[in-house]
Amino acid sequence: MVNDPVEDAHGREVDAATGTETTGHSWDGIKELNTPLPRWWLWTFYGTILFSIVYVVLYPAIPLVHSATSGVLGWNSRDALKAEVAEATQEQAQFRDQIAAATPAEVVQNADLFRFASAAGRSAFAVNCVQCHGAGATGGPGYPNLQDDDWLWGGTIDDIVQTISYGVRSGSDETRFSEMPAFGRDGILDAEQIENVSAYVLSLSGQKASSGDATAGQQVFADNCTACHGENGQGMHELGAPNLSDGIWLYGGKQSDIIAQVTGPRHGVMPAWLPRLGETTVKELAAYVYSLGGATVEQASAQ
Amino acid sequence: MLIQNEVENFNVEAVNSGLKKKRPSLYAARKKIFPKRAYGSFRRLKWIIMAVTLSIYYLTPWLRWDRGSFAPDQAVLVDLANRRFYFFFIEIWPQEFYYVAGLLIMAGLGLFLITSVAGRVWCGYTCPQTVWVDLFLVVERFFEGDRNQRMALDKAPWTLSKIWKRVAKHSTWLVIAILTGGAWIFYFADAPTLLGQLVHFDAPSVAYSTIGILTATTYIFGGLMREQVCTYMCPWPRIQAAMLDENSLVVTYNDWRGEPRSRHQKKAIAQGLPVGDCVDCKACVAVCPMGIDIRQGQQLECITCALCIDACNGVMERVGRDRGLISYATLSDYNANMARAKDAEGHIVPSKVRDATGKLRDGFVHFRWREMVRLRTLIYLGIWLLIGLLMVASLATRDRLGAAVAHDRNPLYVRLSDGSIRNGYTLKISNMVTVPRDFSVSISGLTGATLELPGVVMRDDRSVVLRAEPDRVLTQRVLVIAPTEALAEPRHEFTFVISDVNGGERTTIDAVFEAPEDVAR
Repeated sequence: MVNDPVEDAHGREVDAATGTETTGHSWDGIKELNTPLPRWWLWTFYGTILFSIVYVVLYPAIPLVHSATSGVLGWNSRDALKAEVAEATQEQAQFRDQIAAATPAEVVQNADLFRFASAAGRSAFAVNCVQCHGAGATGGPGYPNLQDDDWLWGGTIDDIVQTISYGVRSGSDETRFSEMPAFGRDGILDAEQIENVSAYVLSLSGQKASSGDATAGQQVFADNCTACHGENGQGMHELGAPNLSDGIWLYGGKQSDIIAQVTGPRHGVMPAWLPRLGETTVKELAAYVYSLGGATVEQASAQ
Repeated sequence: MLIQNEVENFNVEAVNSGLKKKRPSLYAARKKIFPKRAYGSFRRLKWIIMAVTLSIYYLTPWLRWDRGSFAPDQAVLVDLANRRFYFFFIEIWPQEFYYVAGLLIMAGLGLFLITSVAGRVWCGYTCPQTVWVDLFLVVERFFEGDRNQRMALDKAPWTLSKIWKRVAKHSTWLVIAILTGGAWIFYFADAPTLLGQLVHFDAPSVAYSTIGILTATTYIFGGLMREQVCTYMCPWPRIQAAMLDENSLVVTYNDWRGEPRSRHQKKAIAQGLPVGDCVDCKACVAVCPMGIDIRQGQQLECITCALCIDACNGVMERVGRDRGLISYATLSDYNANMARAKDAEGHIVPSKVRDATGKLRDGFVHFRWREMVRLRTLIYLGIWLLIGLLMVASLATRDRLGAAVAHDRNPLYVRLSDGSIRNGYTLKISNMVTVPRDFSVSISGLTGATLELPGVVMRDDRSVVLRAEPDRVLTQRVLVIAPTEALAEPRHEFTFVISDVNGGERTTIDAVFEAPEDVAR
């Protein structure tokens, strides 16, 4: 229903039913009333403007070329973050102090400490270790998988702490160190002997080689390899000599990989982390690695 | 017949009626409203509703409910820190929030139902804005008197007496506002403990800031802004129009019997002019907390508090007329009555409404309960009941043991030195009761596989017993190790079975064991 236009004293169109002036706009015959806003609404608007002025004075607000106005309160989000981090560090201190005082074995046996340490270690791992060992700690060719139960230098919690602290071939005084001779490159063994020994090594884990005489290789192995890898190829943690009788291969498990490693071995290097991260973080990292499930659980700590 | 002199005439004008006079500004100043005290059945009903709703609000947090030693004993508690909601015998975890969503849907449908039946009942009777404004008006009347005294006081110069009255009123309002904000926070913490902390000034700062904010909103909305909140800030008046239909009961001025209104009826009758029932005393406008004139018909501002009905009924009784000049009526009844009261030219003819003795003629339609029952309201009621019953059924049969399992993402599997394959899972067991429970966790399917929990003593190689703390989620990483012989395919489905060792609840979760693609070779 469209009301007939009515004019007020000022010649403006007025809606007959309400007596309110219209805006003059019409949509499908429907006209918008120019109903006045409540005055307090206007004051609220002025209030928000006032608020913004106060805010600009108190807080960082106006961007300048190299920085921004700092505000008279001197507040900034960087300091706020620092304060929050300091507060969080303060709250973590109770655990960090206990971890610092405990032996690694004690850390993994105390359920609360272990939970905190492995969570903290996970963060430290993500920053320092994933570059080589991978985000899932599964390693890759040349970089050991920390998830499985095969350990080059021993998988007890103390072994893990030792390895992380001083590294492998790191140059540290207490570093893990060993070096496999370059049997092929240095002419200790000829090509046939290497092929035979590779066939024998494959047979240790129940695999069949495509070439080479495993029986002949056994003698070569006994003469050259058992000192480090053991009589049955089970490896030796003290020397970081890999177990050759299982299904896990650091540099690949194909016969060509084994021949390549015997001919001219590669040696992995891991830095010593103790000087960089400190004792507590090293324990936390060890606890994280331990929590992955492949570590060697000693009988005493099985409870 | 009319006893005109006994009816007080009010010099009052509706707040939304004065725009015609001069060219209005873009901004309108607020017109002061001094609602007069009303007497009558609706006023009594509103007192009762006010007492009940305020009592519920202020007292509920203090009700106790024994849940044993592992859970709070507050009957109604929203425990935000621990993400639990307690309501008497019901405890809700965050993942069960759909019960609250269901309640909100029921509240929405209830609002539709009540609105299609009787208009803005929510606004007029139970909305906190209405209830607190009513309460604040009681305070105002106590210190400053009823309408006329308040108007006089408002115009009066600032004498000591006026200052005292104003200070007393605003102080009392502030006390009520503080109590209102104070009551709110008790729903979120143990009420007696929090009260102790509050008075010793060692409660959490959020408690004080919440009280501060709610004190401010209560004081400003209930004391200072009042009808401005309903008219300008609340969206409900705008939604309202879509909720009503011609069979909804709304507060209506029955102008078919009121018009032509006349303030000087005796004179008008003497002059032989037609006279309706309305004596134009404006009592309806004087009592209106929104400051409107109901005789202008249904309006955006009207919250249907029905106080104008009380006021008008009082006047009608004094002038010896039937009550109900202003009444709850439906638009269709109103239209029918209007058609009956009008002559061919469309003017209301009082003689068609009343006979010579002043008695209302037959044939006019009045309020009938039957009007509330119609298809629309039945549908609303049906859906409302359906959702309610579904919720009750769901609540009665819900599980109090929840379990979830997440397979390790990286790595999907680990090959161990003996060739077997290991998968890692994170198991979450929700013990949703307020006592600790021991759960046996075992694997079913995947023949030959073993279960291993680093550092935990196993019951046997495929099961373990874990203790779940009361009302907590137990998170446990578990390893499943399967020999290659057991793995014919790279993907095997199996099941974790979790059951209360003391009998009772049991649940299973399907899981997948991943192996390398070449595992079968």
